[in-house]
Amino acid sequence: METDQAPGSAIRVRGIEKSFKDLQVLRGVDFDVRTGSVFALLGSNGAGKTTLVRILSTLLKADAGTAVVNGFDVAAQPSLVRESISLTGQFAAVDEVLTGRENLVLIARLRHLQDPGAIAEALLARFTLTEAGNRKASTYSGGMRRRLDIAMSLIGNPPVIFLDEPTTGLDPQARLEVWQTVRGLAAAGTTVLPTTQDLDEAETLADRIAILHKGTIIQNGTLAELKALLPPAKLEYVEKQPSLEDVFLALVEDGGGIDTATGGRADGTVQAGKEIQ
Amino acid sequence: MTTHVLADTGVLTGRSLRHILRSPDTIITTVITPIALMLLFVYVLGGAINTGSGQSYVNYMLPGILLITIASGVAYTAYRLFLDMQGGIFERFASMPIARSSVLWAHVFTSLAANLLSVAAVVGVALPMGFRTGASVGAWLAVAGILVLFTLTLTWIAVIAGLSARTVDGASAFSYPLIFLPFISSAFVPTGSMPGPVAWFAENQPVTSIVNTVRALFAQEPVGNDIWIALAWLLGILAVSYGFAIAKYRRRIR
Repeated sequence: METDQAPGSAIRVRGIEKSFKDLQVLRGVDFDVRTGSVFALLGSNGAGKTTLVRILSTLLKADAGTAVVNGFDVAAQPSLVRESISLTGQFAAVDEVLTGRENLVLIARLRHLQDPGAIAEALLARFTLTEAGNRKASTYSGGMRRRLDIAMSLIGNPPVIFLDEPTTGLDPQARLEVWQTVRGLAAAGTTVLPTTQDLDEAETLADRIAILHKGTIIQNGTLAELKALLPPAKLEYVEKQPSLEDVFLALVEDGGGIDTATGGRADGTVQAGKEIQ
Repeated sequence: MTTHVLADTGVLTGRSLRHILRSPDTIITTVITPIALMLLFVYVLGGAINTGSGQSYVNYMLPGILLITIASGVAYTAYRLFLDMQGGIFERFASMPIARSSVLWAHVFTSLAANLLSVAAVVGVALPMGFRTGASVGAWLAVAGILVLFTLTLTWIAVIAGLSARTVDGASAFSYPLIFLPFISSAFVPTGSMPGPVAWFAENQPVTSIVNTVRALFAQEPVGNDIWIALAWLLGILAVSYGFAIAKYRRRIR
């Protein structure tokens, strides 16, 4: 466990434990998240990801341990933590009866911001929802709803954003759009903590990856560090076949949405390298 | 943060009022049963009922009908609160710097607005059926005050139901006994016509004192002790249900 990041860490978790009745979900979780980084919490269903995110976003109290978000203790200073964060839960937290625009205005007003209308307008444009802005959210597709959900989370520019399985149930294009947004946020200095059970997503998106398994973090490091845990890679020549995803995206591409696919990772790794084990 | 409580409550009340405006059927289904009961009692049963009061039967039974309207209206409050708790939007609010109580109060104010709208609709139907009152502005205000207090009391009971329910049906089931209560009171027939134990119950349950008070105010008669008994019942139940609702809410959301 690294502790030397403390001064620049946006999230600091020490010994967090949580049980529901007899079921121990978290058994002492420790990690640090550097400010402005993307820290993916990787784990299978039931690993405790959502419980951890709910504790960090003040929705749930831990049984033991401490968690500090943006310098504030989640147990002792919950309202200051709430000022610092945004949560996009597993299920899109939008008001179905309101329109997309009204949803955004609602959150902007609850965050006491000036000119909620202009904020809503800008976010609708940024998430290509302008045309759908005056329709009820209940008429939105899964991808649109998720985009609206994330747009609502960005209002007020909170320094820390939790995204609980942000791409579950999305089609590949919508998934790329979410990834693009997450990278943009991190580039602008926001700390983003996505949870995912999708290995590909963690690999593509995160600066650091922590693997949560049976209630503890069993590994935590950069992708390179995690790869180094296995025996050194041997070189094999494999014919590069396009994946079904490549084919699908090439076929449905309509010009705008696919920039991400060619944009590559921030650290310059070539994506095609994935095929070589 | 406390400085924002009022503003936040206002914003959230605006949100749930919008829900009502977009589904006016909730108002229509709230008023349809009381209006049907009113038609039934005035045009079918009323002719055989001797109230001994000398006033028209529609005047006699309107106060009880208004209470039934409110009792069925608050079922929607529990329903809306339950749906909010189920959906992710409640968690979003809980993870934002919003005063915790604002979320509940928004539902309470919305309930008040929706029920007053329903009550006005029922009075609107009672007028062509012959409801007349010479009540002064002061008496009207007193009636409105008692109905507001009655709505608030039932709304906080609805909040408990909405917070405790596990299913949508469970959320509104609590309202059935409340709707039934006016039937065993002085709302439709004088309690004196009932057999002993039933009459005793009818005379000593809250609805009778409330009905008698509202009826006296509409008829420009002295309200006597009934108004104090009604207020004591309403404030007492309000305090208890408010306490339970807040405790339940605290446990539900830290």
